[in-house]
Amino acid sequence: MSMTQKYVGTAQRRVDGHAKVTGGARYAAEFAAADLLHGAVVSGAIARGTITKIDTAAAEAVPGVVKVYTHENRPRTAWLDSSYRDDVAPPGHPFRALHSAKIMFSGQPVALVVADDFETATYAASLVEVSYDAEVPKTDLDAQKGQSYDPPKKRSGVEPPPKPRGHAEKAYAAAPVKVQQEYRVAVEHHNPMEPHATTVVWDGDGAITVHDKIQGVTNTQGYVTGVFGLSKDKVRCISPFMGGGFGSGLRPQYQLFLAVLASLDLERSVRVVLTRDQMFTFGHRPLTIQTLSLGAEPDGRLTSIIHDAVQETSHFEDYQENTVNWSGLLYKCDNTKFSYELAKLDTYTPADMRAPGAVLGLYALEAAMDELASATGVDPVELRLRNYIADTDQNTDKKLTSKALRECYTQGAERFGWSKRDARPRSMTDGRELVGWGMATGVWEAMMQKTSARATLTGDGRLEVATASADIGTGTYTILTQLGADALGLRMEDVTARLGDSSLPYSPIEGGSWTAASAGTAVQMACETVREKVFKLARQLDGSPLANQDLDHVTFRDGRIVVTNDPSRSVSLIDAIKSSNEGKVEAEETAAPSTIQARRFVSYTHSAVFVEVKVDEELGVVRVTRVVSAVAAGKILNLKTARSQILGGVVMGIGSALHEESMLDHNIGRFMNHNLGEYHVPVNADIGPIEVIFVDEPDDKASPIGVKGLGEIGIVGTGAAIANAVYHATGVRVRDLPITIDKLQGA
Amino acid sequence: MMDGMSSSPAPHPVGMAKIPVSFRLNGAPTTIELAPWTTLLDALRNHMGLTGTKKGCDHGQCGACTVLVDGQRINACLTLAVMKEGADIRTVEGLAEHGHLHPVQDAFIEYDAFQCGYCTPGQICSAVGLIAEGHAHSAEEIREAMSGNICRCGAYPNIVEAVKHVIDAKAARRLEAAK
Repeated sequence: MSMTQKYVGTAQRRVDGHAKVTGGARYAAEFAAADLLHGAVVSGAIARGTITKIDTAAAEAVPGVVKVYTHENRPRTAWLDSSYRDDVAPPGHPFRALHSAKIMFSGQPVALVVADDFETATYAASLVEVSYDAEVPKTDLDAQKGQSYDPPKKRSGVEPPPKPRGHAEKAYAAAPVKVQQEYRVAVEHHNPMEPHATTVVWDGDGAITVHDKIQGVTNTQGYVTGVFGLSKDKVRCISPFMGGGFGSGLRPQYQLFLAVLASLDLERSVRVVLTRDQMFTFGHRPLTIQTLSLGAEPDGRLTSIIHDAVQETSHFEDYQENTVNWSGLLYKCDNTKFSYELAKLDTYTPADMRAPGAVLGLYALEAAMDELASATGVDPVELRLRNYIADTDQNTDKKLTSKALRECYTQGAERFGWSKRDARPRSMTDGRELVGWGMATGVWEAMMQKTSARATLTGDGRLEVATASADIGTGTYTILTQLGADALGLRMEDVTARLGDSSLPYSPIEGGSWTAASAGTAVQMACETVREKVFKLARQLDGSPLANQDLDHVTFRDGRIVVTNDPSRSVSLIDAIKSSNEGKVEAEETAAPSTIQARRFVSYTHSAVFVEVKVDEELGVVRVTRVVSAVAAGKILNLKTARSQILGGVVMGIGSALHEESMLDHNIGRFMNHNLGEYHVPVNADIGPIEVIFVDEPDDKASPIGVKGLGEIGIVGTGAAIANAVYHATGVRVRDLPITIDKLQGA
Repeated sequence: MMDGMSSSPAPHPVGMAKIPVSFRLNGAPTTIELAPWTTLLDALRNHMGLTGTKKGCDHGQCGACTVLVDGQRINACLTLAVMKEGADIRTVEGLAEHGHLHPVQDAFIEYDAFQCGYCTPGQICSAVGLIAEGHAHSAEEIREAMSGNICRCGAYPNIVEAVKHVIDAKAARRLEAAK
């Protein structure tokens, strides 16, 4: 089939750009509804204990307050845990807001005040008086790690650590060169710019339209129907835009439950928006204590890798992520051993946060590799090349669909100027600042998920492509438009992509970097079927110039089907569509990963990250002045939006390495810096030039369209590269991110 | 509210009458009756249907609510609407003229200076204010002067490029005019 790619693989402006720069894009809290009520959430003041009394009289007395919900008057919802378990829930008992008097984490919602306007609801919420029987919370992982356990029930989609290979401990003991260190990364909160919000529009007759901040409307719809016992046709979820997710919007959060609860009870439209403070009362990247042990020959070749991790979870769910497994697959090593255990804290359940597990595990592995480079005197890039494994995943013994990591190392090093690096720490300076150059490797899974899409050619010659998936800022609208335009030879202006509506063909949540591969393939398949159908119509037209042609010998171009060898013979799409009974040509297709292929192959994206830092030693201030991130991720659909995804990952990696830290006060079990003034995310002045390289990586197995996905890979490895650069600049190893002034000055 | 224990509640505002406030909003004379405790941000979003201005923190810490008041960029969340009697207020909805995007808006699309788009209206209003201030010329100065607007998607390098493009184009036009 001849399909020219005019748009796919090029740099294209975002198709939703106009809506976003004019204020036209509507987010969850921005949908209008007649007689809309506003709900304000009252957050609990203790981290563990019981509510002994909750007095809502003063709040209810405020004119304009419609109702105050607490555990004492909450309308009935589903009984079974399974009804509350969303598509990505870990094993356990999902949190239920206002379920009982029991308090399990700081900031737990204890009441919802619903009023005529936002100001009244907020004010009345401050009048709710809550008394507690408080217990001493346990939120210190160091104190609880002795009680760690192997999670009895594994989380779906998260591989448990691989079985040991060879004899890791013996090989470590015998290794001529050893590195053994403990590494940590502070708790981080996602902090998308848009606070979590839900607007429930009461459509009458028990039906609601839910505008939820979610990375996939099907998860919200499933949750609401399960919890409130509604049928699917009564719950439509529409969320066309999302103001940042990074994992915080994978699971339905408690404002959804509260808004739907109030809407169904009052038979009114209700909006609940969380405050920035309340954004610190649910999922976070879990604190994880890791020990990495590397044994090696004097030339740097690895003889043993042992990676142990203890990770926090809540008392009600066993959150799990793939933290240690990466150490078994990134480098060639015959002797490996892994452990991954959980310890319960009195906090909310951790949540997937951009490259969950990999950000933590790769930081430990790649920081340890840098220590091994120092110990052996082997250049960090050369060390990684000496341990390179080209085509196999040793954890699963499967073949890799492709791996252009070697090209990432060479092209990244070349662009960065790595060969000019003086390996000695503290050897490079710029004026009064120390200069450090560090690098690290990144890896992330390339996955596909079962996803359906519909393509519709209408009588005006326009194409609509649609799937329930989301565009959380990643560029999904744009890449699907590119794919549709190329498949049918249309201009991008003639194609509309629709997303974020539960009435569209099924798609899972947008996460795990799988959406471009999954939704992209589904759209491609639907468009191919539309091509076949419309071609058939064109061929059947009276006196059709395509009468004796087959699909392989025509080209879809400029809204026409053209005989490839004789462009004078063509039929316009509009004429072909006119001849259909329906006045349109439509197809729905489902893309799914190939199970046969999955038995033999596994797929990963890779990156090599090179970083320059400058350190003012007197002040202890570290600045990242230059980053080169070289990425191997298969086919790149849109060079513009793809580059932005990597930039965003690198910036969040800089935050992880230098700024971000949610600080728990263990006396009261609360994250104390619950605002953007005290929880530091990178701002513009923190970010210098970032160069992104996409190395060529043809892959016909990762997904049918050759795409591997880019959402996570930009952050993985960035933290370690920065830590390694800080060591190179200062000679100080800080093994506890973020590298803040106190840690550098105290060393 | 995080405390949940309102030991010293604010003076009871119940019965507080709505009062009228008049200002120019995106060029149009506007009068609205609001409770005096309504922030300019909530007035725009909840009472006037202008949801382009975003709420990210409500504490003046993120810049998502940046609007232009008498040409100056301010945080709408830290301003009560009734304080703006007689002011000229411009939001992201009022930047395009005669169907043409403001040069900053177009540059934001061209340089892909956003991903999720939620901080974008604030970034754009902030950039328009910054350009009018006339202090920032280099990338470094732009970075500094745009640091009151957080972008969690990390589009900073593209934001700097977009703003610099507009500043450079303006300088080039001025140079051309001077010739």
